[in-house]
Amino acid sequence: MAQVLPAEHDVRRIIGDGDGVADGEVEGLDDAALLDLYRAMVLLRTYDERSVVYHSQGRVGTYAIFWGHEAIQAGSALALADEDWIFPSYRESAIGLLRGMTPETVLSWWRGHPAGWWNPREFRIASITVPIATHVPHAVGYAWGARLKGESACALVYFGDGATSEGAFHEGANFAAVMRAPVVLLCNNNQWAISTPLSAQTRAEFLADKAAGYGMPGVRVDGGDVLAVYQATSEALARARAGHGPTFVEALTYRCAPHVTADDPTAYWDAQRVERERENECLGRYDRYLRRLGVLSDELAEDARDDALERMKSGIAAAEALPPPDPEVVFASAYVDPPPTLREG
Amino acid sequence: MAEKTLVDAVNDALHVEMERDATIMVMGEDVGRAGGVFRATAGLRDRFGADRCVDTPLAEAGILGTAVGLAMAGWRPVCEMQYESFSYPCLDQLITHVGRYRWRTGGAMEFPLTIRMPTGGGVRAPELHEDSPEAYYVHTPGVKVAIPSTPADAKGLLAAAIRDPDPVVVMEPKVLYRSPRGEVPEGEHVVPLGRARIAREGADVTLVAYGAMVHTCLEAAELLDASAEVVDIRTLKPLDEETLLGSVAKTGRAVVVQEAPRVAGFGAELVAVIAEKAILDLQGPIVRVTGYDVPFPYWSLEHEYVPTSERVAAAARKVLDY
Ligand SMILES: Cc1ncc(C[n+]2csc(CCOP(=O)(O)OP(=O)(O)O)c2C)c(N)n1
Ligand SMILES: [Mg+2]
Repeated sequence: MAQVLPAEHDVRRIIGDGDGVADGEVEGLDDAALLDLYRAMVLLRTYDERSVVYHSQGRVGTYAIFWGHEAIQAGSALALADEDWIFPSYRESAIGLLRGMTPETVLSWWRGHPAGWWNPREFRIASITVPIATHVPHAVGYAWGARLKGESACALVYFGDGATSEGAFHEGANFAAVMRAPVVLLCNNNQWAISTPLSAQTRAEFLADKAAGYGMPGVRVDGGDVLAVYQATSEALARARAGHGPTFVEALTYRCAPHVTADDPTAYWDAQRVERERENECLGRYDRYLRRLGVLSDELAEDARDDALERMKSGIAAAEALPPPDPEVVFASAYVDPPPTLREG
Repeated sequence: MAEKTLVDAVNDALHVEMERDATIMVMGEDVGRAGGVFRATAGLRDRFGADRCVDTPLAEAGILGTAVGLAMAGWRPVCEMQYESFSYPCLDQLITHVGRYRWRTGGAMEFPLTIRMPTGGGVRAPELHEDSPEAYYVHTPGVKVAIPSTPADAKGLLAAAIRDPDPVVVMEPKVLYRSPRGEVPEGEHVVPLGRARIAREGADVTLVAYGAMVHTCLEAAELLDASAEVVDIRTLKPLDEETLLGSVAKTGRAVVVQEAPRVAGFGAELVAVIAEKAILDLQGPIVRVTGYDVPFPYWSLEHEYVPTSERVAAAARKVLDY
């Protein structure tokens, strides 16, 4: 019988604070890989910051800000093999950029343009899921199916702290354990579900504790520490690939931006706490770490930023240059074999 | 009377009703601290406390399931579903319990709970923020459904829903939340369930709709040379057949409009009622104008999907020229 230890409570960290807490290291990442990871985070950060500006200019619609979540996304994505599938929520809308998707595609999604659709098989990235937690069982089913076929692909599913309250999360997690599905359940615990704080979402002190109830390991990691996220996800994937089934990873962070552009958090959040958390944001932490290691220079940092900005500039230009969508798209793809009355309305 | 937006009228109704009856409680995601993502519940937590305006965990089946138990314990829960498309997890509770429990007790228990939610498109939002799922609700035995089209009706129908001894779903067209404004009676204001409204009088053709499509029909009426009557259904169940059939008897022609996908939508029910009970009054076929049998499109294409006044007017001309 499987034996599952109680979930970890100490938050895993690699990156120190340049003061009392010493820096650690991760195996398997050389300087070039560390810099690639930096560039990935800068790309995500730039995507996010530019999107908020584009929104204010009326160039993209309502947008789900992920500022401060880049470490969770880039760290976990780096741990994946190419064949592994990603199941994103709206919060990870730009995760495809880390797999070669263009900003034009993601921007189009937020512009309500069908050019924002992608073929999940092309990127091994499922469609962005808007309803909370409903994609957790999808990831589990994919991983289970791959295992049944003798394939080595795993799945990684992103969801929030609020999502752990939904039946779909619970049912997916239980299936994952029962079917020994090679899946990583990665909970972005940013401590808010819109205006609802974690304390009103659950009485559990640690979300990772939920894992024990499903018979799977639960891991807690500092979601602002990109290397710790990378390492925890790598371990979970190694377990999955070795046939030991799912892992629940709780990546702890704090949402320092509105839930979406349409949200006004001043009504419910603690502005001082937000200020403090902002100072400790994940890209700055990794930047300082790399400089302490002597891996990152001003020049390289600037190059990463310029490159990301350039990609955003051409991305928004390309998205805006797209012709209005063909109305035929409305009818094009709901069915393989549409009923003859499809166009009656 | 004061001029109010539809969402402010909803807020007003909640304040007035909660003041009147201390067993009423509002529950849902972000209804308390934030006052609701559309601010429909703003101020309730401060006024009535966190036990009567409850920020729930993020779980729609849990919201409606606990509301069943709360009703059994003597409360009148008013559940908010944050968006219609996020209400779908609650359909399990709605279908298996909310609509059946009274029946299951042989009438011994009442379930005076209300479910309110925004509905419909036209707001240029990401996927699954613009559905029109009224058919799922209205199809459920034991459940009543109202959809207002004006601020005054939003207040009055919600008050009626809250006071009704049966479960009632009130769907608020979100495209109407902030405009147009309308006169809303102060204090207690109840619009009884089961009474349609003649939104515009006319003689030649009846345009039948509910919610946001009432406004589309009023615009369509302006485009026609003939004289169009517009019937605002207001309550889908119980349906005011008398007003509907009376109008059709007068005009002899009917166009039924719904934003939801066509197949098995509530418009089909309206057409069936007219066909069964008034076929001899008709001078032409009853025509529907609806959404299509496809998911609500990406918002840059929503104007291709949501029925327009031009489409309604074209359908009316077809019936008039028959
Ligand atoms: C089933 C469902 N219910 C409600 C919503 C509305 N909603 C959108 S985001 C959100 C909060 C989600 O919080 P969390 O799971 O913590 O993720 P986060 O947004 O913080 O990343 C809610 C309630 C939804 N999208 N889906
Ligand atoms: Mg959250």
